[in-house]
Amino acid sequence: MAAAIALIFFYAPLDQDGLNQKIFYFHVPIAFTAYACFGWGGWKALRHLWKRDEDADLESYVAIHLGVIFGVLTLVTGSIWARYRWGHWWVWSEDQLVLFLVLFLFYCAYFMLRYSLPPGPQRANLSAVYALFGVALIPVSILAIRLSQRFIHPIAFDEGGPNMAGSQFFTFCVAVLAMFAVAATLYHLELAGKRLDIRLRELREALQ
Amino acid sequence: MTTEEKYVAAVYLVVFIVLLAYVFIIALKLQRLERELAELAELALRKKEEPERKAVAVG
Repeated sequence: MAAAIALIFFYAPLDQDGLNQKIFYFHVPIAFTAYACFGWGGWKALRHLWKRDEDADLESYVAIHLGVIFGVLTLVTGSIWARYRWGHWWVWSEDQLVLFLVLFLFYCAYFMLRYSLPPGPQRANLSAVYALFGVALIPVSILAIRLSQRFIHPIAFDEGGPNMAGSQFFTFCVAVLAMFAVAATLYHLELAGKRLDIRLRELREALQ
Repeated sequence: MTTEEKYVAAVYLVVFIVLLAYVFIIALKLQRLERELAELAELALRKKEEPERKAVAVG
């Protein structure tokens, strides 16, 4: 992450957007990480339903939890950028923004569903099915910019590849890898905590 | 500091604060788990000693 920040501020050149463009190096990797977390949560949900892997339910939950946190960061960083660039915190006519918000709210509702049911196989199965439905929204959200007829949101990538200089693209790739590394670390940390919590509960029940 | 710089700083600060808060919450949870583990270890030791004491009293 330190390397990514150093590259962003000391290596990547400014473009016509000025200093404001530095937000792109954090905002887009955060959005990609949110998508990756939701996708990973969906994959684990599928594994839970397919292989009856009980641990996969917990992994799916932790991935979606992280995805929601990165989703909040995507919305907040995007709004700050939009406030400066467009003069508005939010533009409802922009499909990509609205679809990302829909995806985010969909996964927020995942927690309402999960905690409205008692722990057990039914909760795990319903949560997994819900998480899988959400995966369908991910490509729609990513491709919304192509589906949209109005292009307010900047296009960083098109059919011809990245719309930026080589050094900017390199910095962007490092920032994406850094954000994925942060997410993977937090995922394993939270997962270890949750697993330890479950084992301790079992141990307490066995001892009492 | 220009307005543009303020916006860029705000973005990086928000990300830093949110990630720091997340790590802080996980750290608090791990502290709680550590306390619970110590309690359970104590409980397990007491349970282990109890039958031995009973055995001594009977013998």
